Amino acid sequence: MHRTGELYGHFETLEQQKDSATLGMWIFLVTEVLFFGGLFLTYSINRHLYFTAFGVGGNMLDLRLGATNTVVLIASSFTMAMSVWSAQTSRKKLLPIFLILTLVLGFVFLGIKYVEYKQKFDHHLVPGRSFDLTYRINHAGPGDDPKELAAERAEIADALRTEAPGNPHEALVALNAHAQLYFSLYFGMTGLHALHMIVGAGLLVWVIRESFKGRFSASYNTPIEIVGLYWHFVDIVWIYLFALLYLINRHAV
Amino acid sequence: MSEHVVSPKIYVVILLALLLGTYLTVSAALRDFGPWNIVIALAIATTKAVLVVLYFMHARYSPKRTQLVIVCAVFWLVLLLGLTLSDYAMRPPVRSQLIISPAYAHFARV
Amino acid sequence: MSETFALPNHKTPHEDYLNATYGIRSWLLTTDHKRIALLYLASVTFFFFVGGIFATMIRIHLLTPSGALVTPETYNKLFTMHGVAMIFFFLIPSIPAVLGNFLIPLMIGAKDLAFPKINLLSWYIYLIGGCFVLYSFGTGGLDTGWTFYTPLSSIYSNSAVTPAVIGIFINGFSSILTGLNFIVTIHTMRAPGMTWFRLPLFVWAHYATSLVMILGTPVVAITLLLAGLERMFHLGFFNPALGGDPILFQHLFWFYSHPAVYIMVLPSMGVVSEIIPTLARKPIFGYSFIAGSSIAIAVIGFLVWAHHMFVTGESTYAALTFSFLSYLVAIPSAVKVFNWTATLYKGSISWDTPMIYALGFIGLFLIGGLTGLFLACLGLDIHIHDTYFVVAHFHYIMVGGAVMGYLGGLHFWWPKITGKLYPESLSRLAAVILFIGFNLTFFPQFILGYLGMPRRYHSYPPEFQVLNVMSTAGASILALGYLLPMVYFVWSMRYGPAAGANPWPATGLEWKTPSPPPTENFEVTPEVTWEPYDYSKRPDLGLVAGAPLAPAHGDD
Repeated sequence: MHRTGELYGHFETLEQQKDSATLGMWIFLVTEVLFFGGLFLTYSINRHLYFTAFGVGGNMLDLRLGATNTVVLIASSFTMAMSVWSAQTSRKKLLPIFLILTLVLGFVFLGIKYVEYKQKFDHHLVPGRSFDLTYRINHAGPGDDPKELAAERAEIADALRTEAPGNPHEALVALNAHAQLYFSLYFGMTGLHALHMIVGAGLLVWVIRESFKGRFSASYNTPIEIVGLYWHFVDIVWIYLFALLYLINRHAV
Repeated sequence: MSEHVVSPKIYVVILLALLLGTYLTVSAALRDFGPWNIVIALAIATTKAVLVVLYFMHARYSPKRTQLVIVCAVFWLVLLLGLTLSDYAMRPPVRSQLIISPAYAHFARV
Repeated sequence: MSETFALPNHKTPHEDYLNATYGIRSWLLTTDHKRIALLYLASVTFFFFVGGIFATMIRIHLLTPSGALVTPETYNKLFTMHGVAMIFFFLIPSIPAVLGNFLIPLMIGAKDLAFPKINLLSWYIYLIGGCFVLYSFGTGGLDTGWTFYTPLSSIYSNSAVTPAVIGIFINGFSSILTGLNFIVTIHTMRAPGMTWFRLPLFVWAHYATSLVMILGTPVVAITLLLAGLERMFHLGFFNPALGGDPILFQHLFWFYSHPAVYIMVLPSMGVVSEIIPTLARKPIFGYSFIAGSSIAIAVIGFLVWAHHMFVTGESTYAALTFSFLSYLVAIPSAVKVFNWTATLYKGSISWDTPMIYALGFIGLFLIGGLTGLFLACLGLDIHIHDTYFVVAHFHYIMVGGAVMGYLGGLHFWWPKITGKLYPESLSRLAAVILFIGFNLTFFPQFILGYLGMPRRYHSYPPEFQVLNVMSTAGASILALGYLLPMVYFVWSMRYGPAAGANPWPATGLEWKTPSPPPTENFEVTPEVTWEPYDYSKRPDLGLVAGAPLAPAHGDD
């Protein structure tokens, strides 16, 4: 591992080095935009074609947990920005604090995600052999709120009528197939996002370690800045995921 | 390239704006605005994204080259989404008949 | 002793990037862009052989109407694996990863690329992707076509699709990182005085190529990932039986794969733009137009992808739009051809091997490009889509264009890369053999396609046999044209005469360092005060207005 702050041999000046690193990160983020973009395209088309199923699926996500996660990530972007500020103003004691806060918030996000995923698994909403949109309403447990269940039951009944009017058997098949598309995208998009968060957490651990050694200051803080860029990008992706996955048809229930 | 130090005050303002946006988008989603629900949700999300890019990611204070990179990313994304969706938009609407092959019947909970 | 830039005259052989350090670790863990370029040279040549073997088997099989060599299922695997190996593991990396890596820092006066370690990482990622694909080839092969159309690839194929898509997915990141490295390097690492409009056109071409790599590759990555996930977990994105849409796959796939063909051809055009002015002893005509047209091709190239889907189910209005845009993309390419021709006009043309390849490129690219316009015409495409007309069209561009450019570039910069000269008469002969073999292989295919022979079919009606036999005969000549350079290049590394710093002579910065260059490229960072391709005002190279031109790299 090189000693941060020193000029690499092939660069002529520190400014050229910083310039390159920053531009490099921005261009990498461009590739990430297009990478997620393919998923957003797939989502758009399928939501357009199967709005009913997407509405039902979206309402099976926990809005409170989703909104909390959104707040958590926004806060983490704030603490990340404050980390950059700390480094830029040579506040060497404050820097690791803000970085650690960012990391902690990141872990909170991942923890909540885990809870959500577990919920989906328990409710048979993971695409595959055991996928069953009606599992929860047919296997109500003591932890389930009766009002919520009733609302879900009504919603599904409504959806069945829209999917295949007059043909309940085909409707259930269709609704399950289309809802699987929704949940495939849900897991695919949030899963890919979570993977990026984990990478971000790894990067944060690296810069936290370096910041404890006092390596970053006004004269050299490039790693903090570029980790920050990456982290903010991951936040932006979540902002769109929340809007698109959690808020499809909330007013119906 | 001079480094622009953004004041924490600005960061706090942006933080509050983002939190407000989150509150607004959830409230709007709980009301029925018909086809405008998605428009409102995306508009708020985009506003939040723009704030993050401009202030947290320092785009407002970055060289023109960085701003061009950001514009290109958005432009190409719009290209991907726009041109492809236009194909779907220009097809005649089809009442999809879901044909489930027996081999896949169990996946669709038949 | 060769005149070098600010280097004292040594009597002892100078240290260069090849002999600076020894041992396998110094090569496998190198961060020197020049060594990495040679690592890529070895691996892309390997995959060229892999793809070439499949091509040989295809052509032998097609000697008889009912198929001479393999079963129909195996035939499907042959053309698929030929395409995958050639496109993803040979054509896309070839010029950028070999010549681009080697030359870009030299051409802009830098010591290395912006991110040397990422450069090495790119190569390893390429190898890992290659291993997955070779594993796929070895454990049942691949029969979906290199285009992996769903639902064949995601559901019904019984071949080793999953490791292949994983391999191509991984390989995509090699491409992305290379493009990222090039863009940052060209922006931030130029020597003092090397302004944008003094850059060699080779650099402009690679900048444009890198734009395509950055913007397109991530889309095919996610697409193949989705198709792989669909196959592994029986998801339904592209499966009509579960509500999915195969056309969505095609949109996502071609969004990258059409611009990918510009990744394959733009660097070749950059090579031609270097060879022509040098070996016609004339400044390039319309420098800014050629530079601009490279960017234009990269941009417009993203607007035409659905011309691959005219008959697969896109809406008529989309087809009209994409047909129109496809005609548009021909314009910047034509601009280049006109400018090259204008450069040749009243130039002092020397028939060195690189010039033969460059001229071959212009002619063959012209045919390939014009036949692309045939295909862009909706009415005509209905008849010739999925026929050998398409196969001929893209081989004219990919082989007649891109590969000729690659070979021309290898011949042009071989003296710089190795410090050795190759036998000139033999190399000219090989170039001509290649040209003849190529045309004999692929021109009959235009006719076959027009007459209706479908592509990707293991058999054909007997009336097509003569043309198929002609094509196979041409392929054997083409193969000879490829083998000869491999032989004499290897020969030259040991027995070739020393090249000197600037055998042509050419005007780029790369020719101002010794051949082979030292690891640091330049003893002192150069400062650029001249315009590119200025043959009349380069006293440092012995080129001034009115002075006799130095002899071309003569016969050996």
